[in-house]
Amino acid sequence: MSYSVKVVKGQFKLQGEFHTAEPNQPIRDEHGKLCGITNPRRVVHHHSYGGEAPFFQGLGDGRLWATRCDNKDCEVAYKALFIPFRIHCPDCLEKNTPLDITDLANRTAHVYSFMICERSGAFNSLEKPIRFINVEFDGVSTILMSYLLGKTNPEIGMKVRPVFRTKQPTFTITDLAFVPADTKEKDLPAGFTFSK
Amino acid sequence: MIRFSKRQLKTPRFLRDVYLVTGGQSEYRRAFPEKRTEELCIDAFQDAAKYIGMTPQAMKKYIHTCYYGHFADHFGDQLLGEAVIHDRLGLDPLGNIGVKTGGATGGSTIWEAAKAVASGYSDCTLALGWERMDEVPTDEGNNYISCAADKDWETPLGHIYTGYYAVMAQKYWKVYGREEESFRRTLAEISVKNHGYACHNPMAQAPMKITVEDVLKSPVVAYPLRALDCCLMSMGASCVILADKETAYEMCKEPLLIYSTAGSHTLRVADRRDMEIPLLPNETEETYKNIDKEFPGGERYPGFTGFLAARMAAYYAYRMAGIKDPTEDLDLVELHDAFTISDIQTYEDIGIRPYGKGRTYVESGDCYLTNPKTGKSGKLPANLSGGLIGCMHSVGATGIMQTVECMLHIHGRHAEIHGDAKRWESYGKKKPADWQDLQVKGAKRALAISHAGVGSHVTCTILMKPDARLDK
Repeated sequence: MSYSVKVVKGQFKLQGEFHTAEPNQPIRDEHGKLCGITNPRRVVHHHSYGGEAPFFQGLGDGRLWATRCDNKDCEVAYKALFIPFRIHCPDCLEKNTPLDITDLANRTAHVYSFMICERSGAFNSLEKPIRFINVEFDGVSTILMSYLLGKTNPEIGMKVRPVFRTKQPTFTITDLAFVPADTKEKDLPAGFTFSK
Repeated sequence: MIRFSKRQLKTPRFLRDVYLVTGGQSEYRRAFPEKRTEELCIDAFQDAAKYIGMTPQAMKKYIHTCYYGHFADHFGDQLLGEAVIHDRLGLDPLGNIGVKTGGATGGSTIWEAAKAVASGYSDCTLALGWERMDEVPTDEGNNYISCAADKDWETPLGHIYTGYYAVMAQKYWKVYGREEESFRRTLAEISVKNHGYACHNPMAQAPMKITVEDVLKSPVVAYPLRALDCCLMSMGASCVILADKETAYEMCKEPLLIYSTAGSHTLRVADRRDMEIPLLPNETEETYKNIDKEFPGGERYPGFTGFLAARMAAYYAYRMAGIKDPTEDLDLVELHDAFTISDIQTYEDIGIRPYGKGRTYVESGDCYLTNPKTGKSGKLPANLSGGLIGCMHSVGATGIMQTVECMLHIHGRHAEIHGDAKRWESYGKKKPADWQDLQVKGAKRALAISHAGVGSHVTCTILMKPDARLDK
């Protein structure tokens, strides 16, 4: 059914297939009075990853990259590890050194907090419910947001292990996920592997 | 930043006193298919002029610069929306600027307008905010809101901001709430209170007489939060006029002193690093000496259990305004109750209660106009407007609405505005037969907190009668 919208009792009432409206369709209230028009937007951004590109490439290669401040003069963050990957140290603003932390993540990743979300926004690509997890790694100063694959519900403190969408990667953050640490490779969802 | 320099902790200072002259509001609703945004903004502007017995034309003659709070251009599908509103208000060719700090946009707009007066650049400023959130279906709206998270590291994860936010609620629920049923009921009580207070506010979007059981039976949004734990999605506008002393007293009889500060913290909760708790004037190192033993899992600060931006906004504001203890020195507060749990977190961030003890502000009855436990006046009533849960969250207008509501109490004019039957009728509503005057008797000082997203920006606005000032 094609998309239509009208105004009933002061509220927009939508019918049909969402996100497919044609432009300039009149929106009328229950008395036929014109209230407005449909105004769909379809745009494509050519978005640059800049200095973070190695991180997103790394996911497709089955590796997890962080960065480290190696500036001895940094008063706060010398040797601090950052993931999310920070191109520059937030304290001294010197360029950080990319560092492969896959092995550290395999050994020490655990859940700091979590949320199971039954809903999503439009154009979501993840399977619902989404099991959001915030992952701590030993020796890392930040707490990475990601999601837990499979049917197991997360718990605070749960040991987890990173998995990567190495087959047909999307080169987005969704190429990284986690599974309970005792998960066998054969049980991973299609497209995902352990680190390479 | 996890270590502060002395200069960064300087107490903010206005070069001259700044006064709130007046404020106004439109009605708030989920949708206004029959109105353009500018109509709501003009409603708020006219309301502010009427409050001090002026015509809009006369009030405009005082304004020198304008500050517009409007968070989401994409929701309204209009870049430079500020220019549209400025033109429709007939304020060209005065200088104007748009302010965008997520949910804190309203508070930040006041912050900017106040600094312009304080510096002497302008003698009178307009701070006006609005949001148009009714043009897209809810799931596309959720997609838009998720764009306020980090577009590469968070947004692709479900395009659902609630999910990014609720991980913090979960941590608080587990560590400080200890997953106790009694704590879950305390959360529900906040929703009952705020929806209930909204019943006496003609502008409010969601007046409801509900019970704790109703909240607990409402659909789960993100456990433990349910639909009735969450704020509204709204349309509407609000504004305030600020001025220096001389101009303020020329425009009205009872201008109020205003102080405004801001704090910030990482856009991604992922980037929060461990640090020491910055202490408020009513706290000492002793206050948090045993917090890790009392609340295992709460060792990390702010972790996911506190909002550093709110703590810093209060840190600056209390020192700036001479507040020693918010519960003793303030008469009412309007807090950013985006969710019931974040309301409790805010009690702790701004020192109404120490970290971990926020729930006692509700459980003691201190947060009510009339304490249900004692039948006497609540010590520090909160969100008598209905807050974001009961009144509105029209993002760019929210922090301004809170400030206007505080103003009404300090002026002792709450009933005049909220109890006006004609105002109810003008919104197509009937004044309830059991309408109550929620005026805080003898109110002299009030505070409003305006908060963005996962705590990226927070402002603290303090209003007080000039003869009740504490900073001199």
